[in-house]
Amino acid sequence: MGKLKVIARLLAIVGLIATSQSFAAGGAALEHAEIDQGNISSLQRGARNFMNYCSGCHSAKYVRFKTIGKYLELSEEQLIDNLMFNAGKSFETINAAMPADSAKRWFGTPPPDMSLMARAKGADYVYTFLKSFHVDPDSPTGVDNTVLVGTSMPHVLWELQGFQKALYSEHTEEGVTSHSFKEFELVTEGSLGADDYDEFVRDTVNFLAYIAEPIRSERRKLGVWVIMFLIFFWILSAMLKKQIWKDVT
Amino acid sequence: MARVEAEVGKRPEGFLGGLVKWIDDRFPMTETLKYHATEYYASKNFNWWFVFGVLAFVVLAMQLVTGIFLTMNYKPAAAEAFASVEYIMRDVEWGWLIRYLHSTGASFFFIVVYLHMFRAMLYGSYKKPRELIWLIGMMIFFVLMAEGFAGYLLPWGQMSYWGAQVIISLFGAIPVIGDTLVEYIRGDYSISDITLNRFFALHVIVLPLSLIGLVFVHIVALHEVGSNNPDGIEIKKNKDANGKPVDGIAFHPYHTSKDLVAIIVFLMIFFAVVFFAPDMGGLFLEHANFEPANMTTTPEHIAPVWYYTPYYAILRAVPDKLWGFILFVLAVLLPVFLPWLDRCRVRSIRYRGWMYKTALTVFVITFVTLGWLGLQPATGTYVLLARIFSVLYFAFFLLMPYYTAKDKTKPVPERVVYHG
Repeated sequence: MGKLKVIARLLAIVGLIATSQSFAAGGAALEHAEIDQGNISSLQRGARNFMNYCSGCHSAKYVRFKTIGKYLELSEEQLIDNLMFNAGKSFETINAAMPADSAKRWFGTPPPDMSLMARAKGADYVYTFLKSFHVDPDSPTGVDNTVLVGTSMPHVLWELQGFQKALYSEHTEEGVTSHSFKEFELVTEGSLGADDYDEFVRDTVNFLAYIAEPIRSERRKLGVWVIMFLIFFWILSAMLKKQIWKDVT
Repeated sequence: MARVEAEVGKRPEGFLGGLVKWIDDRFPMTETLKYHATEYYASKNFNWWFVFGVLAFVVLAMQLVTGIFLTMNYKPAAAEAFASVEYIMRDVEWGWLIRYLHSTGASFFFIVVYLHMFRAMLYGSYKKPRELIWLIGMMIFFVLMAEGFAGYLLPWGQMSYWGAQVIISLFGAIPVIGDTLVEYIRGDYSISDITLNRFFALHVIVLPLSLIGLVFVHIVALHEVGSNNPDGIEIKKNKDANGKPVDGIAFHPYHTSKDLVAIIVFLMIFFAVVFFAPDMGGLFLEHANFEPANMTTTPEHIAPVWYYTPYYAILRAVPDKLWGFILFVLAVLLPVFLPWLDRCRVRSIRYRGWMYKTALTVFVITFVTLGWLGLQPATGTYVLLARIFSVLYFAFFLLMPYYTAKDKTKPVPERVVYHG
């Protein structure tokens, strides 16, 4: 490993610590996504949203269309017609349309894979992130994000949400002036109203939470049976113990 | 009582009886079963603290079996490890269950082992003549820590990578040989494919084999001297005409039938976690570990898995790297000396005085608090608290010869206390 590489890595680490602290200090509180994994139509809409707006750049490389189809109650034809834009067979995984090399060249960092994002960061994080883009003329993408300051992701959903401005409040404490995020103000109307946009993001995040652990609802269902069996078995074992211990005085 | 034992001890007749005799003439089968089960007498007044040894055995068996199935699909290579775990979670039939059983099993292994060790502290199980059982048990604990550590690297997530990075680099604090030693452990200048591959070898062969061997020796030593009991009395002092302890009952079928109840209750709790909260809010499976290892970015906050955090908190409480490492090692090692630090004449907490009772209570609070502190960022008040509780941790052990010798004890009864 060359010296330059080591230095680059150290810089990256310092940079990350700095940004993580700044957003912790900025206090971008996360909103509750209030997703419902049992709502199949929400998940279907989420899948549509993801394939239309996200999958151009973001892969979900551990997720197979077939798996999605089964849980979202979509037939092979429905999968092919509505979701599989760049996949031939339903056993294939969700790949980004954009080649990873170009992505790295264009954005500095390749857009992360979405298979596990909701599990790594939490659904609330992704939900708030997608609602927190704001105009920033200094940024190469024209926007920044209060949840992940300095993000290289452009505001992909601007047509739907429109553009908003971040308003900050100013505090002066012991002669030191600091700014903290207060609220957003819509400056350009999008095609969706605020509530509809929230729903759109909620469905998308719901889908992301689903693909992060597709087995989630099945394991919960199975769990109930396992616990019930054990309760039954527990009663039997307690009776057996009592029987055997009858003559212990 | 005689009735059940007669049935259990009876040699079967006919073909089966012939087969048993054939084997017994060549291998001590019946003799071994008698020695370790049907004629191994343990006190009849065991309470529920005495089930954690059996539970640890159950978890060990489960980890071995699920581990075998995981290795069938896991790939110990930096480029493939993370993806292979996701493959197990998504595409392998029932792979998700096997993986959750194994990951939850790791945490529960430590839960039952910590409680098993606490039982020994409650009832003085490590005291003469059981010092060797305790020493072997501590060796099991060390191997288990290594096993858990090696296993945590295998999913090759961010926390796997950076947790291992932090812990392995601790050895760098050792003067003169430190840096060389760190390189030797990693097999590279940083944690890499080579490290992952060797940790896999340790995790699936060296350490589990040691674990099985040590557990075997642990049980052999236990059955040689006999089990302790909540009263801390030697039941072998009171024997009937047949040489059987009056207060003892056979391990099988008495204790086994009781242990079965405990195992089922344990499984209910265990499966509740497996099926309803396998990541336990980020405690059993850390959130950052759902991102693949990336050597260019550290996670926001690096914390080892919960079962190491009491020691980790002690490590971070010390401002100096070398001294932090020394105290960390000492904290892990100190319980080894319990049989000799404890100078009290009685074993069980039932007949000990207020000093030991207070000390043990404070120790439990200390251990849990340190565990919690190890999960928090090392800043301000947390560091101060970690320092205070680190002092309490060491005080419990180092002052033990003093307060246990001074403590007023109550008279110990001749026979175990048993209320039917």
